[in-house]
Formats: sequence, C-alpha cells, structure tokens
Amino acid sequence: MISSSLIPCGQFKTTYAADTTIFLTPASRYWCFAGILLAAASPLVLSNYLLALMIQIGFYGIAALGLNILVGCTGQISLGHAAFFGFGAFASAWLNNSFGVPVLLAIPLAGVMTTLLGLLFGIPAGRLKGLYLAIATFASQFILEDFFARANWFTGGSSGAMANPISLFGMELSGDKSFFYVVLFFVVVMYLLGTNLLRTRDGRAFVAVRDHYLSAEVMGINLTKYRILSFGISSFYAGVGGALYGHYLGYVSAEGFTILLSIQFLGMIIIGGMGSVMGTLMGTAFMVLLPEGTEAAVSTIKHFTGDIPALTSALAYIKEAAIGLAIVLFLIFEPDGLVHRWRLIKSYWKLYPFSY
Amino acid sequence: MSVSDTPVLEVRDVSLAFGGVRALTEVSFQVNKGELFSIIGPNGAGKTSMLNCVSGRYKPTAGRVYMDGRDVTGLSPNVRATLGLGRTFQNLALFGHMSVLDNIMVGRHHLLSNNAVSGALYWGTGARKEELAHRRKVEDIIDFLEIAHIRKAVAGTLPYGLRKRVELARAMAVEPKVILLDEPMAGMNLEEKEDMARYIVDLNEEWGMTVIMIEHDMGVVMDISHRVMVLEFGRKIAEGLPDEIMSNERVKVAYLGVDDDEPAQTGEQVA
Repeated sequence: MISSSLIPCGQFKTTYAADTTIFLTPASRYWCFAGILLAAASPLVLSNYLLALMIQIGFYGIAALGLNILVGCTGQISLGHAAFFGFGAFASAWLNNSFGVPVLLAIPLAGVMTTLLGLLFGIPAGRLKGLYLAIATFASQFILEDFFARANWFTGGSSGAMANPISLFGMELSGDKSFFYVVLFFVVVMYLLGTNLLRTRDGRAFVAVRDHYLSAEVMGINLTKYRILSFGISSFYAGVGGALYGHYLGYVSAEGFTILLSIQFLGMIIIGGMGSVMGTLMGTAFMVLLPEGTEAAVSTIKHFTGDIPALTSALAYIKEAAIGLAIVLFLIFEPDGLVHRWRLIKSYWKLYPFSY
Repeated sequence: MSVSDTPVLEVRDVSLAFGGVRALTEVSFQVNKGELFSIIGPNGAGKTSMLNCVSGRYKPTAGRVYMDGRDVTGLSPNVRATLGLGRTFQNLALFGHMSVLDNIMVGRHHLLSNNAVSGALYWGTGARKEELAHRRKVEDIIDFLEIAHIRKAVAGTLPYGLRKRVELARAMAVEPKVILLDEPMAGMNLEEKEDMARYIVDLNEEWGMTVIMIEHDMGVVMDISHRVMVLEFGRKIAEGLPDEIMSNERVKVAYLGVDDDEPAQTGEQVA
C-alpha cells in the first residue's frame, strides 16, 4: 500500500470511521462510481472488438491484482503466476463438466481450489528469498504445465477442455456484451476485496513483511505463515481470473499458460505500480492495449506509405518488442508505475496554473 | 507505578557464541516488574546481542530466558511478542513505505483477530469495528508521543528524531509488559534527548511497562534508571543502583582503561 501523506485541502474528518474510508475524498469516490457506471454503459456504444479488449483487461486484471499482492505488497516473487491462472481455468471447467456445478459457482470454487494449490506451492516461500524463490516458483510453472499436459481426467490432456458459457436463471450469457457484465461484476468485487484486505490486519502484515521482515517478526507477525498465505491469496485471484478466461473462450488448452504469460503478469504490475490496487488495473490495460496500439500505429503508417512488406511481416515481433521496451522504459523512467504518474498529473492540475 | 519484587524477566547464565567469537559469557540478570533497567558497556560489549537473546532474534548457545516464570528460550520472536515483549531497534527498522498510522497499527497485530477473509469482506464480519476500536487505542499512543501531525506521513520520509519516536510508538502498540529499547537516544540533540527521556519515564511510570534500555548517554542512564548492568567483552562486570555503578572501580577501568603508571583516577563522571 502506497499511502498518500497529504490530506487534500478542505477535508475535515471527525470520526475514525471517516478516516478509514477507501477513498480519500468524496469526489474520488464519486469518480470511481461514475467510472463503474460508464463501464457498465459501454457495451451500448463500444464495438465487439473493443469490448473483447475490455473483457481481457478484466480477467487479466483480476489475476494481476493477485500477483501484485504477492510481489508488490509482500515483496515475494513468482514466475509461475500463469500456471495458477491456467489451473483456475481448468478447475472451473472441470467442476462444471464433471460435477455439474453451475458456472457462476464454479468460478469462485475454482479460486478456492487454486488457493489450496498456491498454499502448497507457497511452502518453499517460507524458507526461500529473492532469486532462490524465483527459481522455486519457476519450477512450479513447469510442474503445473506438465500436469496440464498429462492429467487427462482434469484437463483433457493435449486436446484441452471445453468450458461451458455462463448461464443465469436459464439465460445463457455467452456473447461479449453479456459476458462483459459478468467480468465487470467480478472485477469490482475482487478489487474491493483486495482493497479491504490491504487496509486491515493481514494486508498490513504483508507490507510489514516486505518493508522490514525482522521488525515485522518482533511485532508478532509469523513470517512463514504470511509468506505462504500471500501465495494462497495471489493464487485465489489467479484462479478466479483464469476461470473467467476459460468460460469466456469456451475452450481451455495448456498452451495458453506458458512462462511468457507469467512474465507478462509481472510486466503489468511493474508498469502499473507495485503494491497499488488501482495501478494494477492501469498496468493491465496498458499491457493489453499496447500490442493493439502498435498494430494500429503500423496500419496508420501503411495507410500513408503504402504497403511495406517488411513492416507487415515484422508486426508480430514489433508487438512483442514493444512490450519488452515498455517494461524497460518504465523501470528506468517511472519505477513506481503508471499510478505514480497519474498522481503527479492530478497534483499538477490541482495547482494549475500556479504550480508553486 | 512502583517497582515490585516479582521478576518479570529472568536471564540465567546466557552464553552466545558465533563460531569462535564469544559474544556473551554466562550473563545472568533479573528485571522486576515496573523497573527501568539499563544495560551499558563499551562498544562491542554484547549489549545488543543480549537484547537479541531476550527478544528471540538469537538463540543463546547456553542458558535460559524466562518471562513471567515461563521458559521462552526456544520461542520465536513473534510468539514472544504475543506474550508481551516489545522492542525498538538501534538502527531504525520502520516499515518505510507505510504511513505512521499503519506502522503503529502493525504493532497491534497480535491483539487483532480479523484475518484475510474477514478483513477482505470488511463489512459485517466485525473487522471494521475491530479496526476502528484499535485505531482509538493507537491514537492514545500518538497523543502521548506527540506525533499527531505526522500520523499520515510516509514513515520513510520522516527525519531521524521523529522516526525514533514512531518506532517507540510501534513498540508501545504491542502493549508489552516488557519493552526493550536499543539506544533510543542515539544521534539525537539535547532537546530530543530530553523529550525521549521524558517519554521513557512516562511509559514506565504511567503506562506501567517494564523497560530494559541500552544507552550510551551516561547522564540519561544514571538519571532515569532504577538499576544498571554493565557488560564488558560479553561478561557482566557490575550490576546495581546508578550511584553504585558510578563509583565502581571495575566500571571505570572498563570505560577509561588503566594507566600503567598511576592507579585509575577517581572522578564523578563515568563516560
């Protein structure tokens, strides 16, 4: 949690309850509600293509928030987040296909299953730190990938698993428009839970473990417990995000959950802002939109110059290189992420034009 | 609060060795409830090692540590905190990215009962009510240490003197029976030292905490301590009332060294 040290002008809080609200000012709360309403209205105007991008931002954003709680808040590292994301997708499909659990129930249940798996794979985190932990989580990525390829009963093996669309009161929510609302609902709920977590006892314990584990221990925090718990919570988010991904695509196959996606998740939270809930969503949006933006830019260039075969054939590489470049540039110029930049912009306009 | 005769902390024959280096050799002492007990000694005497053995950071090679008559030698630091042991560090150990308020709230960790699930749900699980109730308690500490103006500041951005105070606040939030202070006045100017000394006396007398303090400023130590223990090269060389320590020949030799030609000088000040 990156807390702001400044209380905006004109804000007088007279109770502790008023001082512990999520939003610092009523205005920021209303802006957030307005944002949710705007998002809820967007299927009316946005094309299916843009809506699909929003849905992607939604489920990747949920999983990225989990990684941010683990990496940004607790100061651990995980190179296996995509595997847990994948496990959630398979688990939800499996619960629905094998036991007939309704999809809307199977999604959180898949999250719980992934939590248990995360707690198991988090055990090394109780003892390992830094690079050693990175390698241990790297191993969990490959163990799970192998599991996906072999466990026919669970994942359908190399042929993958079918994931049914969500049905609610006999209505099938399969189109982009209706699925968008499902994702929006989960995003709001999961981000709210994350925010609450970070302002209560265990969330503070996570940040304490990150900032100074020796004194955290002296304050009565069981380091091993919280390091493992952090893996569990991060996996819960990965599982729910993955389950949404599965039911959105309608088909889950192991190829989607490689180490590359794990790195992309890390990219999202680095670009968005480590330890920031809102930053996670910004970073995810950036990472999802960047390749699309690159493609749009390339086609604009083509529009003016005519077709350049070299550029067209290199487009795939340009997209990937752009992600790498973005991460590097952010690490150098804005290590605190988009959320920090956003705060700077806000404070700039607050004082404009008398900036000092 | 008056000093009683019941020992709240007892250290019995504690030795600590890192390989061949003997940091502590058979040190024993006893701190009574309500006492303000100081540990002094030249650099490298083993004062902080002693404190680390008490707080659980180091496990003594030999000997035992008792709190309230209970053997805590094998317990980890976080369990000792729940038994009522708080401490501050010689080199600042705040949670740099958290606000002062959150730093102090972390001290309440073992007194809070909400967990990841009830905390995340927040409303209707009692987590909110509990957080607010403890926020109240934390505000009492903030008032006492006069850090209300910085309660929302990020701890890592504060100046040194204030950080020391926030660290004391965090240790107090644990509601310890015994509080260990490792050089609370190091690097402070006279005014800050006076403030800090006042806080320490108050938390001993008004808040009823037993204090074990390591400090190099002899003026403060001799002024506010009930009893003083002197360590040199990992051994206890003296223990007693401040006046006794001031006039102890062995202590003077430890601090000033021995002149080859003359016997050690007798003076009022030991420093």
